This record gives sequence, structure tokens and C-alpha cells, in this order.
Amino acid sequence: MDNSRFIATHVASLPKSGIRDFFDIVAKMKDAISLGVGEPDFDTPWHIREAGIYALEKGKTHYTSNLGLIELRRAVSKYVEKNFAVGYAPENEILITVGVSEALDLACRALINPGDKVMYHQPCYVSYHPGIALAHGLGVPVPTFARDNFALTVEALHAAWQPGCKLLMLNLPCNPTGGTCDRAQVEAIAKFAVEKDLLVLSDEIYSELTFEGVHTSIASLPGMKERTIFLHGFSKAFAMTGWRIGYACGPAALIEAMMKVHQYSMLCASIISQEAAIEALVRGEDAMKKMRAQYHRRRDFIVRRFNEMGLKCHLPRGSFYAFPDVSGTGLGERDFALGLLQAEKVAIVPGTAFGANGAGFCRACFATSYEHLIEAGNRIERHVQNLAAKK
Amino acid sequence: MNPVLKLLLEGGSLDTAQMAQVLNLPEAEVTRQLAELKAQRVLLGWAPVLNLSDEEAGLVCAVIEVRITPERGGGFNRLAERISRFDEVESCYLMSGGYDLLVFVNGASLQRVAAFVSEKLSTIEGVLSTATHFMLRSYKEHGFLLDGKTEENDRLKVAP
Repeated sequence: MDNSRFIATHVASLPKSGIRDFFDIVAKMKDAISLGVGEPDFDTPWHIREAGIYALEKGKTHYTSNLGLIELRRAVSKYVEKNFAVGYAPENEILITVGVSEALDLACRALINPGDKVMYHQPCYVSYHPGIALAHGLGVPVPTFARDNFALTVEALHAAWQPGCKLLMLNLPCNPTGGTCDRAQVEAIAKFAVEKDLLVLSDEIYSELTFEGVHTSIASLPGMKERTIFLHGFSKAFAMTGWRIGYACGPAALIEAMMKVHQYSMLCASIISQEAAIEALVRGEDAMKKMRAQYHRRRDFIVRRFNEMGLKCHLPRGSFYAFPDVSGTGLGERDFALGLLQAEKVAIVPGTAFGANGAGFCRACFATSYEHLIEAGNRIERHVQNLAAKK
Repeated sequence: MNPVLKLLLEGGSLDTAQMAQVLNLPEAEVTRQLAELKAQRVLLGWAPVLNLSDEEAGLVCAVIEVRITPERGGGFNRLAERISRFDEVESCYLMSGGYDLLVFVNGASLQRVAAFVSEKLSTIEGVLSTATHFMLRSYKEHGFLLDGKTEENDRLKVAP
């Protein structure tokens, strides 16, 4: 019996994730050095883990409010005001979610009517386009380019805009490119959003991992708070990917709409993760800064190595990803990544896993030890030299 | 801060060639900076952090609280330095609170440590009293857990 006929059309038509596809290949290869992960190599700092254990000991095993623990919402409010210069009321402008991924999904489901168009920059995180499609929206990709260090430009936005666009998704700094925008660029994007009457979904999960300059949240610009949903979480800055905990901040009416979807689907985020998240916000800054300092140095190292070996690589201003251009080897990104894996047992992810605009590039995560980075750098260099010799 | 020193503080175990790669310096420059740190007595030496069984270690460790008389002009320094010079003394710190020096001592046996305390340490002029505590078990050394289990990194090989 063909069960697949029961699958909803819009789900059946979603392409298989390029990451999943590549994971299946890498998983079969023993002792490969992987620069293919999308998470910190650090475990969650112990004081945060301990807060989770303590929560269990105290019997924190029940549902919380749909919006999340009020103590956590207060802590989020303070943290966001201090670090992003925008204030949200803990009572009705903050929703605690199961990671930013859920927040993004809630926003899509709460805001998109079938056929609404949603702009998003590409290359981008793998779930952006599927998230839009699952909410019956139409994705409008906006390319970012290596020549701009993968910053989103207002020119590209104007070129991609079409009538019917309702939302603009931002992810600055960006996975997979590490590109981000300076204040002037964010101001230009804000002006564009106002001019085109767009609501902005701003996923700022990598904001703490900004290495140069100051991160500017679009929500903090004059007139933008009321047309922005600010999305953030604990996975990257506090090395808490497995806790699945994040939050959305925005105008009360929009948060209420997202909360409706959340309460009928997820009900609430895990109380243990919420308790640990409070600890992260209140006392996690030192550990976060230490991790950032290490990422910073690793970034400088791996980007320099890519450029030395002839793989042109811009300096990512944020995140823990380098996004080198592998087209100079004469191979496409997928063939290059597969060849590297087979010949030298180093895993990097083909850029097209993050959308068509990632063609010619590969993502290399530098959240791994110096020893691995040094060895991976040497192996990739040898592979590039061998390819050049064969030409 | 000296970049080589900063890298050392991050706790990796890189050799000079690897440090040179990470810092984008010639290896000779890393060697020179390490020599300079040694000359400045900032870098005093290298010690491995080991997790040995009791038999392998063959050492008895004691922590000794020592009360001493401060001296005009030098305070606690002369006596503290004198005590620190004994080979048996692993570390020595001046403390606030109910005693003055906290002395970490290693010895081949309980008797050896006891002999050191009764014959050497407590007989030094200016030492008023000692209180010796023998260590029973270590759980963490220099930032490393000694529980014998390595925390397995179960990160997926590829993730979004």
C-alpha cells in the first residue's frame, strides 16, 4: 500500500534537507574530523546545568504558564533591555518557546495567510523556507553576496521585493555565512521595511557572538519595535542547544497570537530548561564571554588558513561559521565537500544546503578544538593542492 | 596581554609549532616569547596534570595550617619563603583568617610527612603551631575532574 498518498501536499513537496542528506554520508565515515556541526563544542557551563538539576530536586516538574515562567520573562526583559536597547513588558510582550526554531514556526503560523509573501535572505538557516512553506506562505529569497561579506543590502531587498510581501525575516549574524549588518545597514533595512509596510522577524540567535563592532538590533531603532518580532534563545551564546529554549518578544497583540498557537501545540517550554535559562541570563555572562573569546581566535585562525590555501574566505563578523568560496578548485560545493570527506576525512557542509545562493561555497564550523582545526586546515590544504595538481 | 600567554591560559596542550599556526607567528617567535616569559619569571615551568592510582602516585598529601610570628620589616615573607624552600612543600600561601600559612606537602609515606612536620616545620623559630590534615581523595586538579570518566562528546557530526 502506498502510504505516501496520505501525506499533505505541501509537506510532500518540501525538499529533503541538504544537511540531512550530507549527515547520512558523514555518519557512515568513522573518525572524520567534523566541521559540519551547527552548535558549540562547549558543554553548557556547569552552573547552568546545576540549576537544571536543582530544579528537578525541588520538584519543578509541572507545566508553567503558556507564556513561560514570569521570573524568566522578567530576566529576559532585563537582558534584552541591557544588551539590545529595547524594552519589553514581561507580562504580555515576551513568550518563552522551545528554542528559536519554535518561535519562528509560531510567528509563521500566526502571521502568514495562505499566499502571503515572506522575504528572507539567502544563504540562510535551513528551516526558513520550509517554515514559510508549512504556513502556506510564499518565500521570496533575497541574495547576499561574498563581495558584501554576506551583509544584507537594501539594494538586494529592493530588487527582490514584489507586491504581496508581508514579512521580512532577518538572521544577523547569519548561519551559515557569518555575515551581519552594521548600524547604517540595519537602519537602511528598517527604512525599507517601513516603506514597504513589512513586519520584521528578527532572529538574533548569534548576536552575542559578534566579534567586531556592536550588534544592532533592528527592534531598537525608532519606530521599529511595533513592527518587529525579536527572536532569541540560549543555544549558541550559552551552549544550550539540547535544552531547546528560546523566546520571542514583540507587540502584545502579536505575542498573544503566537501564544495561541503555542498553547494549543506545545503548551509550554520545559520547566527545567526555563529554570536553567534564568541562571544563564542572571549569571552566565562570564562563561559566555570566555567562549566568545575562544571562537574569535579560532575564527581568525581558520579564515586565515582558508585564504592561505587559496580558498577565498571573507571574515565572518559573527557566529561560529566560516563560509569559504571553493569554486576556484573547479568543483561545485557538493563535489568538493564529498571529495574532501572521502580523501581526507574532513566534513564540511555544501553551501547549497542553505539555499541556491550558497552555490560555490561550503560552511565550516570552527566551534571545535585548536588541534582539530589545525589538522583539518592541513588536510583541506592538501586536498586543494591535490586537486590543483590534477587540473 | 602577551598573546602566547593568553593562549597558554586557555588551557590547551599545543606545542610551539601549533601555537605558531594559531597565532600566525613564526615558530621561532613563539619560542622567543616563551623564553622571555621564563626570563620574566611569569612562566615558571610545565607540570602535567595526572590522574594516577594511589599505588602509581605513591604519595601522601597533607594540607597544613601554620601559624607564624610576623617580623618587623618583613612581615610573614621571610618565614614563608623559608618554609617554601623545602622539597616536600608543593605549594604555600599566606591566608587571611585563623592561621597564616596554608602549606601543601607531599611525602612518600604518612610517617615521612609526619616527620617533616614535627622535625622540620614546627621546629622553625617563629612557627607557633601547625594543624595537619591528610588528603583522602582528590576530585579535581587544576581544573580537571578526576572521576575517571571522560565526558563523551555526543555531538552529531553534521547539524544545521
